[in-house]
Amino acid sequence: MAGTIKPRSPEELRQAVEWALNDSQTLDVRGQGSKLALGKPMTCDQVLDLSGISGIVDYAPEELVVTLRAGTPMREVEALLAQRNQMLAFEPPDLGPLLGREAGQGTLVGAVMGNLAGPRRLSAGAARDHLLGFSGVNGRGEAFKSGGKVMKNVTGYDLSKLLAGSWGTLAVLDEVSVKVLPAPDQTRTLVLHGLSDEAAVKAMCAAMGSPHDVSGAAHIKDRTALRLEGVAPSVEARLKGLRDLLSTTGATMGELGTLESRTFWRDVRDVAPLSGAQDAVVWKISCPPTEGPAIVARIKAQRPSIEAFYDWSGGLVWLALPSSADADQAIVRGALGLTGGHATLIRAAESVRASVPVFQPQPAALASLAERVKESFDPKRLFNRGRMG
Amino acid sequence: MPPLDPAILARRSEIVAALRAIVPGEGVIDDLDGMRPYECDALSAYRQMPLVVVLPETVPQVSAILRYCQDNKVKVVPRGAGTSLSGGSMPVGDAILLGLGKFNRVLEIDYANRCARVQPGVTNLGISKAVEHEGFYYAPDPSSQIACSIGGNVAENSGGVHCLKYGLTTNNLLGIEMVLMTGEVVRLGGKHLDSEGYDLLGLMTGSEGLLGVVTEVTVRLLRKPSTARAVLLGFPTEAGAADCVAAVIASGIIPGGMEMMDKDAVKCAEAYVGAGYPMDAEGLLIVELDGPSIEVDYLVERVAEIARERGATTVRVSQDEQERVLFWAGRKAAFPAVGQITPDYMCLDGSVPRGRLVEVLAEMREMSKKHRLRVVNVFHAGDGNLHPLILFDANDPGELHRAEEFGADILRLCVRVGGVLTGEHGVGIEKRDLMGEQFTEIDLDQQMRVKCAFDPDHLLNPGKVFPKLRRCAELGRVVVHQNKLPFPDIPRF
Ligand SMILES: Cc1cc2nc3c(=O)[nH]c(=O)nc-3n(C[C@H](O)[C@H](O)[C@H](O)COP(=O)(O)OP(=O)(O)OC[C@H]3O[C@@H](n4cnc5c(N)ncnc54)[C@H](O)[C@@H]3O)c2cc1C
Repeated sequence: MAGTIKPRSPEELRQAVEWALNDSQTLDVRGQGSKLALGKPMTCDQVLDLSGISGIVDYAPEELVVTLRAGTPMREVEALLAQRNQMLAFEPPDLGPLLGREAGQGTLVGAVMGNLAGPRRLSAGAARDHLLGFSGVNGRGEAFKSGGKVMKNVTGYDLSKLLAGSWGTLAVLDEVSVKVLPAPDQTRTLVLHGLSDEAAVKAMCAAMGSPHDVSGAAHIKDRTALRLEGVAPSVEARLKGLRDLLSTTGATMGELGTLESRTFWRDVRDVAPLSGAQDAVVWKISCPPTEGPAIVARIKAQRPSIEAFYDWSGGLVWLALPSSADADQAIVRGALGLTGGHATLIRAAESVRASVPVFQPQPAALASLAERVKESFDPKRLFNRGRMG
Repeated sequence: MPPLDPAILARRSEIVAALRAIVPGEGVIDDLDGMRPYECDALSAYRQMPLVVVLPETVPQVSAILRYCQDNKVKVVPRGAGTSLSGGSMPVGDAILLGLGKFNRVLEIDYANRCARVQPGVTNLGISKAVEHEGFYYAPDPSSQIACSIGGNVAENSGGVHCLKYGLTTNNLLGIEMVLMTGEVVRLGGKHLDSEGYDLLGLMTGSEGLLGVVTEVTVRLLRKPSTARAVLLGFPTEAGAADCVAAVIASGIIPGGMEMMDKDAVKCAEAYVGAGYPMDAEGLLIVELDGPSIEVDYLVERVAEIARERGATTVRVSQDEQERVLFWAGRKAAFPAVGQITPDYMCLDGSVPRGRLVEVLAEMREMSKKHRLRVVNVFHAGDGNLHPLILFDANDPGELHRAEEFGADILRLCVRVGGVLTGEHGVGIEKRDLMGEQFTEIDLDQQMRVKCAFDPDHLLNPGKVFPKLRRCAELGRVVVHQNKLPFPDIPRF
């Protein structure tokens, strides 16, 4: 069993890493460990528990920025923002139930480290687009920072982008500044019934290309949902505009009000449609929106019993397959074809994740560049060794 | 700038010949007259002739040039349209200037997936022009958009008036193709969202030409908002105007743009274009709301209300497109307008928390007295991005020096109040020596190590961004005390 080190301050964190470097101890870096089942399984010498470095440092709603310590629970951040009618616009998903855990766990920094984003990714960006700056410790045991707390900043390299989505393999963060946005007054959803996957993606792309400011476009089974957010009169007018635009689809249409919409989009965000059967493997595919249905069809031709749904106007495909030793990775990744995109194995048994590349393999030149970037932060590979494969 | 390498200068004709073998015909320019147009960028106080100019037309040519440079340890400065305000594309005397102007084609427009694939030399406005007939546009809109290239925008992570609502370049890119110093060609992203590994696309954006040469860009297209209206707000004090900016945002409104001008800027702009600005205002705001017309009408009223509550003495809402354009005309012409009242001006680009605007503006006035130079402010108030213009006469060497000192003092002030040295123009050579004000040596070493991952011999765009270059071999060393460090006093179980 690995021991656990729990620093109480950024300086203690730095000392812990310095010690680990000198003692050649690899570190399993954790906020609350809510996403441990995501990524390659690791065997690290020590657990570095960040829950002791927690709390809001600064929140100025009119600056649209919140600064907080790395161990701060997501729940705490969301509750704080809600008090001032603000939100994390990238809609970080709660993958707990999908990964077989309770809902409501996890830290904000954990979500940033996975560059997670919900349905609003389409219009508001992912975690990467909201991380303004950070401070932390690199694999040399050095405290460093990058970025800042202001909206516009091009001073030096944008290391925040690199850290977001690095799954804790580059540096251990102790503090982040994140952009926040006003929460919408109203949320309504137009639902089209009975469209095929192809017709649904076509309708969603048409909606996204319209001036109606659609902030969510998902297709689940035979329901195609388009979200509109904002002030009441605007939402009303856009809803009407969308109905007119999509009348040519011939689909019957319905609407969800604000409360129903919130539940619906939370379910899409958290991949609830696939959270039920825990033994199925779950893939996440990012692709050009119009390619989504063809990719699913190619996989279905070989594995008829899959379940799939689309978010991001077709550009995000969530896929559940019956469990198998290799998670059918060749079939899934082979289906991407030449159109570009990537497939990530989100849920599978530990033994499967140990043998199958969880993240999309990269071409050689890119892979070795990424390797050199990793080394530039963590030359001894102390942090989350093996997590990204 | 680092001293020129005599060995490279001595090999000039050999290097020119090697480039001619890669890029035939007129793509290699080595005569003084031909190179003259490249001797500076828009930071024209600094000038330098390059070793030679090369204008490739294909990706294999770019790849061959970089591989040659890597093998022969020749430095390279990439250049788009040369509109950098920070000296980013300024030539270096012992370096090849690699111009991407011939990469000027729009390769593909994909409306269904809302993106366009273009070559790096296409102008920013060129992208919007190519798609406007379908009602689309590319959102980031630097004031230089007629001239600047999308490749330059990627390198500088450029912003514009509308980035408050629509984001900077980095938030509007889907993919790039780039060539590394080794000549390897890599693609990052594509038409899909987010990276499968480290977000190198995000890292490349704003890397000021120091990491790789961008040869293709996939940008996100947006549908044009159906309506835009502008509100002109005059305040009896600068503080009132700044207060209003914070109040609008705190009320939950994110305008398409929110710009501020001080009294001198208003005077200059009014004299230059006659936009009908209130001459009694100490602080003027232009707030643009865009979206569906019903939403715009609603928000315009709310902004007007907030402004009145904050003591606005002028509140005018544009009644038609012509009036909206007129409101903007003064703002857009503000820099040349200021140019009318001074032989020279220096444009700064610090960024500060919105809440500190009033204090920063006031302190700038004090500094203005101390340095005996006037300063005029026209800026992106909504995101706290200042563009102070320092007025001086370059023919008076004392004034140029004082202007530089004044500028440095302003940027230090920005950092002191929690802001940064540059919001959109880049560090380049201009702010290079101030990097230490914002970053520690460790911070900068970490950034340089990232540079080493791409360019271990510091051949790409040398002399820019980093105040002091350290060799990659030295930066790469890891100091380990091998078991000699006791476990620190930290809870452990
Ligand atoms: C009047 C005026 C107004 C301006 N307004 C704004 C504004 O509102 N907002 C704003 O953000 N900026 C503004 N700028 C600054 C400038 O226009 C931007 O920084 C622009 O992005 C530079 O583009 P460029 O093509 O001219 O690049 P260049 O000046 O040629 O190069 C800029 C940097 O990019 C690198 N580079 C260029 N092309 C490539 C490539 N293909 N691959 C790798 N590196 C490359 C160069 O090495 C250099 O470091 C303004 C400039 C002027 C003169």
